Parts: sequence; C-alpha cells; structure tokens
Amino acid sequence: MRTTSPNASRRRSAAILAAAILTVGVAGCGSSDSPSAAQAGPPAASANPDAGVLGIRDPWVKAADKGMTAAFGTLVNDGDADITVTGATTSLSPMELHEMTMKDGKMVMQQKQGGIVIKAKSTHALEPGGDHLMLMNLTKPVQAGDELTFTLTFADGKTQQFRAMAKPFTGAQESYAPGHGEPMTGMSATPEMSMSPAS
Amino acid sequence: MTQTPSVRPVSRRGLLTGGALAAGGALAGGAAIAATRSGRTGPPSVPAADTTLAATVGGLVEPFHGARQAGVATEPQAHASFVALTLRTGVDRAALGRMLRLLTDDAARLTQGRPALADTEAELGLLPARLTVTFGFGPGLYRAAGVDDRRPASVTDLPSFRIDRLQPAWSGGDLLLQICADDALTVAHAQRVLVKDSRPFATVRWVQQGFRRSPGVEPGGHTQRNLFGQLDGTANPRPGAPMDAALWAPDGPAWLRDSTTLVIRRISMNMETWDLLGRTDRELAVGRRLDTGAPLTGTAEHDEPDFAATDADGLTVIPDFSHLTRAHVTDDRLKILRRPYNYDGVPTAEGHADSGLIFTSYQADIARQYLPIQRRLAERDLLNEWTTPIGSAVFAIPPGCKPGGWVGEQVLG
Repeated sequence: MRTTSPNASRRRSAAILAAAILTVGVAGCGSSDSPSAAQAGPPAASANPDAGVLGIRDPWVKAADKGMTAAFGTLVNDGDADITVTGATTSLSPMELHEMTMKDGKMVMQQKQGGIVIKAKSTHALEPGGDHLMLMNLTKPVQAGDELTFTLTFADGKTQQFRAMAKPFTGAQESYAPGHGEPMTGMSATPEMSMSPAS
Repeated sequence: MTQTPSVRPVSRRGLLTGGALAAGGALAGGAAIAATRSGRTGPPSVPAADTTLAATVGGLVEPFHGARQAGVATEPQAHASFVALTLRTGVDRAALGRMLRLLTDDAARLTQGRPALADTEAELGLLPARLTVTFGFGPGLYRAAGVDDRRPASVTDLPSFRIDRLQPAWSGGDLLLQICADDALTVAHAQRVLVKDSRPFATVRWVQQGFRRSPGVEPGGHTQRNLFGQLDGTANPRPGAPMDAALWAPDGPAWLRDSTTLVIRRISMNMETWDLLGRTDRELAVGRRLDTGAPLTGTAEHDEPDFAATDADGLTVIPDFSHLTRAHVTDDRLKILRRPYNYDGVPTAEGHADSGLIFTSYQADIARQYLPIQRRLAERDLLNEWTTPIGSAVFAIPPGCKPGGWVGEQVLG
C-alpha cells in the first residue's frame, strides 16, 4: 500500500483509526472490524499510521467486460475538518465522480460538481444508486474477483490509494443524463447475465 | 448451543471440540460476538446491531479463519445447504483463484455477522446463528486448475456399489459450498450471496437442503435422529484427539496438512416399507434400541456392543446382518465423522413420503476409513432393504486460511 505524505493537520489518533480501517479494506478478505483483524493487515499500515487521509471501508468495484463500471465503498472522515474528494484514477480507465439525481421524474447519473464532500466526523457512502466513482471506458475487462487499485485526489492536493475487489453485480441499474455518454450497458459480470431494470 | 436463553453465548463448543476450535481461531463465540458488536459500523442503511442481535441463537458466531475450515468439527447446526457447482468451460487456475477470493470474502463477512460486500439484502447478514461456510474441491476442480498432483489421493470417484441407484442430478460436482447455520433464513441468504458470486465461474449442479433438531430443543451434544427415528452418529469419534486423528491430515505439504475429505451421499429412506416393520424388527435391523440408541446387548447409547452375546435360542443378540455389526469400527484412525442432515420432500399425491438422509462422512482418507465400512454395508446390511443411495459425491476439504488469505490458496496459489 502506498499513500501520501502525512497530513499534519489531522489529529494523530484519528489518523491511526483511519489507517486501521483502511487496512481492513485493503486486506480484502472480509476480516471484521475487530482489532484482531486490523492487526492482521500489512505491516506498512502500522508503520505509517498517519498515511490515510480517509478511511475507506468495504470498497468494491462492479465487474464489467467493457465500457463503463463504478467503484463503491464507505468513506470515513474521523477528522475535525471536512474533506473533499476531487478526483479518482485507475490504470484501467479514465474516471469521473458521479452522483444520481432526479430529472424529469427519473433517476439519472451526472458528474458531481465540486467533488464529493465528507463532513468532519462522518461517513459518506458511495453506493449503487448514489454517489460513486465512475470508470468511463475500460481498456480491459474487470473480472469478478480481480483486485483494482484506485487513487483518490483531495482538494488540498493530497492523494490516497486503495484497493477494491470486483464483484458481479446486477442491481441498481443507472441511466445517464441525456447527452452524457452512452447508457450503461455491458456492465454485467457475464455475457448471459441480463441487466434487470432498476428496482 | 447454550443451555438456557439467559446464558451469554459463551461457546460450549469450545470445550467440546477444543482442538478444532483452537485451530479455527482463538476467539470463543462470546468474545467474537462482543468484538463484532462493538466494532460494527455498518452502512447507514443497516439498523443498529444492539437491538437486532439481542437474541441468543442469532448472534452466535463460529470462527471463520484458522488452520482448518469450520463446519466439520463444528457442532452441527440445525440447517444445512450443500451446493455443488460445475465449473464453466475455460475456468482455470487463475479464475479459480479469483472465484475463491470472492467467495472467501463473502464467507468471512457473513459468518461473522457482517453483510457481504455489495450485499443487496444487507439486513439478512446481521444474524449469523453460527453460520459456517465450508469449501470442498471435487476431482474436476484439480483437473481444471492443472494441479492434479495436489489432489488428495483418495478424492476420486467412488467404486460403484451393488446397492447404488445413483442419479446424476444428485451426484458429482467440482466445487462444494457447505452452508450451515442454526437458522434457515441465514442459510438461504448466504446461499444466495455465494451462488450469485459463483455465476461468472460455475453453474449449479445440485443443491441438497437438510435439517436437524433446532437449537434449544435438546441439550447440546445429543446424537441426531433420522426420519426412521433412529439415533444417527452414535459411533462418531469423540471430540478432541480421537476426532482429530480421524479427520485431519496431520502432516504433508501445505495443500494437504489440516485438510480432510467428504463423502456426501443422498440416501432415500423408504418410509412406506419401513412402516411395515414392527418395533422389534426395526431394532434388529439396526442392532440398537430405538429409544436409547443402546446396542441390543446394553442399556446406554455408548455401551460397547457385545457381538458374542447369544439369546436363549443360541442366536447372537445383535444379528450379524445388523447395521451396527457391519459398520462397527473401534480404531479411531479408522472411524468416520458422520454429520448427517435429514431431508423431507413433498409427498406424492398418494401420500408416499420423499424422505431421506443427506449422509456426510468426513475422514482424513476415504480409502482407509470410509470405503471399508461402505463395502461391508453394501455387501450385507439389513438396513439396505429400506434405504437406497441415490446420489454420491466426493470432495477434498482443503485447509483453512488466515485473515487476508483465501480458502484454496495452498492448492491454487
């Protein structure tokens, strides 16, 4: 795990907690939030406890053969100041920060203006049907069980990496705002798995 | 199983199956729950754990990580689903690695009372009720992965037996998911999650669902009854060293050590012809009393049978065609662990039962332990008159994994 330089403005205890939570996510084996599980994470995390800007809990990315897909998880801000995610990158695809919103009585997806803000001492869910990190054009398939590395960029210029496992997922089908790219087809895990309508 | 609802879920299983549990993780059930409850900070859509986990049975947790997989030496839960998968064409070693990372992650979360990643019914993941998920590898998995040299030698198709009436619909399989919990809804949700994540890699070959007594109905440690009313599993090796000797590969390479094997047979029980027997004949067929399970020469379930004892007519008290006589083994290393579940399907229009047993036999070595017993039973066991094997499959149960690892990494890594 590689992360950015320590964030001096953040209280050390909060950063340690955030790092511990991040470690659980990176372990990717679903080990629990309990202290025993956190201790089992990579040694790098404990050796560099100030590294994480955010805690990233339960990260995952939707498996897709081509086209678009998205990454999800819960962003945890244990600090005393709001944090703004301004961008995300991965080697597999250009990315955008997206939100879902009502337009003409229909839920549509669009770019999140001003980034994703995680209020102080709170969490922010990235989930199907809500805010998410969008992969716009895959250069190779994201297969179920793959682990992808993402880098988040924050308003203060810091960055932070996390890894997420790819899950087959057919739920919460989203559609685009008119004129914003193509509909999200081809996001199913297997070719024969049809996308069911949004529930 | 706790003895009274008011008792906190401190694990009696830890005392009963010390070796296996110690290997499976240091946390006793109670401690694991405490950690899960205090540490849970689930997504906002999931209700707070404290109220939903108030029930005794639902909150009980079995360890997932450890040198040996859970769900074998674990005190049997009330409900089980055995899901056998057939790997899709082209699923190779790398794909199997991805599949098992995914399924291990699901199992590690759900067994500890946490929703799976991307769990579309997250609330159903909060009450584990001693959920265990045990992975079994059939011969086809080793072939698909090109690691046949890591297949335990005895994990191969069984010879056919005279009594077999095997149906393909209940036989074979490349990967087994054994899902057990003390609650049927928990089992159903875990099965749904695991099958969904399996779909890119495999198709469902068969599913067998069964049940035993529910928690709290009997004190823990009781031998299970089948639908013939017989106690079933009396001769199991005792927890601790005897069971360890019967179950686990004690040494060898990493893919073998702490593994075991499973023979799963679907045994149809003909309730209609069994009904024709009187109680005395039923007891002679088995060699045990129906009420206590005692051998016909004894008074208590675990009395040693006296096969030499004769009655007034000079006949042996325990007939030599009885199930007890044919199945009897004294050496722990030659015993098998039976962990059976009953199945009870829908009766025909005429009211004829579709009942039977999901017979499961765990042992370190199928050839050394299971096959000699099975040969003796197939050859001459009066119980064969009323029972028919209609399904059969064999699986290796590979070693367990540590946090951050995945089941199968020693075989496929």
